[in-house]
Amino acid sequence: MELPVISNTAPAAEGGGCASSGCGTAPDALGHLPDHIRAKVQDHPCYSEEAHHYFARMHVAVAPACNIQCNYCNRKYDCSNESRPGVVSEVLTPKQAINKVLAVAAEIPQMTVLGIAGPGDPLANPSRTFETFEELSARAPDIKLCVSTNGLNLPMYVDRIAQHNIDHVTITINCVDPEVGAKIYPWIFWENKRIFGVEGARILIEQQQKGLQMLTDRGILVKVNSVLIPGVNDEHLKEVSKIVKAKGAFLHNVMPLIAEPEHGTYYGIMEQPEPTPEMLQELQDACAGDMAMMRHCRQCRADAVGLLGEDRGDEFTMDKIDVMEVDYEAAMVRRKVVHDEIIEKLDAKRGIVKPKAEELGIPADARPVLMAVAGKNGVVAEHFGHAKEFLIYEASPAGVRFMSHRKTELYCGGMDACGDGDVAEAGSTESLLDRNIRVLEGCEVVLCSKVGYEPWAKLEAAGIAPNGEHAMEPIEEAVMAVYKEIAATGKLSPSAADRKAA
Amino acid sequence: MALQITESCVNCWACVDVCPNDAIYEDRPHFLVDDNKCTECLGDHGVPQCAAICPIEMAIVNELGEFLNPPGSLTGIPIEKLKEFGMWREAA
Repeated sequence: MELPVISNTAPAAEGGGCASSGCGTAPDALGHLPDHIRAKVQDHPCYSEEAHHYFARMHVAVAPACNIQCNYCNRKYDCSNESRPGVVSEVLTPKQAINKVLAVAAEIPQMTVLGIAGPGDPLANPSRTFETFEELSARAPDIKLCVSTNGLNLPMYVDRIAQHNIDHVTITINCVDPEVGAKIYPWIFWENKRIFGVEGARILIEQQQKGLQMLTDRGILVKVNSVLIPGVNDEHLKEVSKIVKAKGAFLHNVMPLIAEPEHGTYYGIMEQPEPTPEMLQELQDACAGDMAMMRHCRQCRADAVGLLGEDRGDEFTMDKIDVMEVDYEAAMVRRKVVHDEIIEKLDAKRGIVKPKAEELGIPADARPVLMAVAGKNGVVAEHFGHAKEFLIYEASPAGVRFMSHRKTELYCGGMDACGDGDVAEAGSTESLLDRNIRVLEGCEVVLCSKVGYEPWAKLEAAGIAPNGEHAMEPIEEAVMAVYKEIAATGKLSPSAADRKAA
Repeated sequence: MALQITESCVNCWACVDVCPNDAIYEDRPHFLVDDNKCTECLGDHGVPQCAAICPIEMAIVNELGEFLNPPGSLTGIPIEKLKEFGMWREAA
């Protein structure tokens, strides 16, 4: 039969969800890892910054039940327009999930990773979760399996995780102190009882730490996710980072709290502030001394499909999958070819040596500068008003380094009407443009393909130099070129007025 | 005696997995309790398991229509805030 395929050719390996050419650039944040671990993560988009440009992941939402309450989650909420953890449009049975995975893997050969992440806690749904893993490890052995968990039930399922060849586990650990935990987790369900407050948090923390140790003892890779909650666990996360590193976690991913009142979460309703991009970056930097930090997380949905930062879930709804016929044996052959090509390309890329700052005439004591880039496919490509996110780079005498991405809200509707969107929304005293400029706090330059007159003036007023001179140039080269221009003016010398308290 | 599930239920399966009597079944718009099977966990557990794991306030009621998890009891959100956000209602 004629398959309702979306595309007969593999989507180009480049030009996926992330706009940067080299988030993290060289050296890869995972550079310190032993070879056998690097080999395990080199095609895992959620673990390797390098890989996330080329390899895709998908989550299947087979795990609706949860056994704890987090103050940043509302179990009622389900909105297909939102992109954030815990949210899905469609809960699947294990059978539906397996069909979906096989269909996506045949269609998107660069999909290397299948995760079960919710919308509840996978290990609070052991039969649905492990049935899915068991069947997939038999039928699609070329797909890596991973699971995310709050850790409460982890110790009792570590052996089953090992048995199903799940070699990547993510544990969300927001605290190691029950007093802090009581401010994040109102209750847990444990040994047939709902346990509130500090006691509940104490048990959760104990199980998380025990589970982490059991996994690393078995050689299973563990990434730790933490939600940064200002005033609750911000300082505390530095200690969390040290402890999880000591227990063998290989990567720490600190994510910003999402707390909008309309989501109906405790934090949203109680107006708990979200961290600013600067706060997040400072904390990531503070933790970076202790372990590898992940900076390319896009906080994707529990049913996301595709490269990080994109979601092709709409192409694979159950009604579409039901009429697809998948020859997985044939697909595996095609997938192998695509994977090999990408790995070869990555290997080649690792060999490229980028010019050092000193070769470009930048003094060794020049201060670092943060720049925001409206990029696409690794080049400076986006119109300021069309950028859905800005990639934040730090230029310093050591070179150009990707720091983070910061999401914006689109304010520009038309191609030629960059000022038109600059109106405050009803009830808000701040226009979208002002809000987007605030997102760029700490940056001294914004690189984009084009900037309208009005944003230009506002950016300058905010102390951020708009720069449209490097349109279509590779991002890192453009950032270094601008850094060099600033250096030539003498503004980078340590004695020069330092606007940014670095 | 039997508990019941209200329209607040979000169909998350948590109660189905912990019920010692297999008394809860999937249905639309929300899951239901088979009152011939439900014992309110007497003899099995100190507290009804569905109500002990349910993440949603007001989703489980007893024969008198009383909420086992009244508004604010699980999230700690104050009643006035719940009213402000339309998340509060009187017992059934």
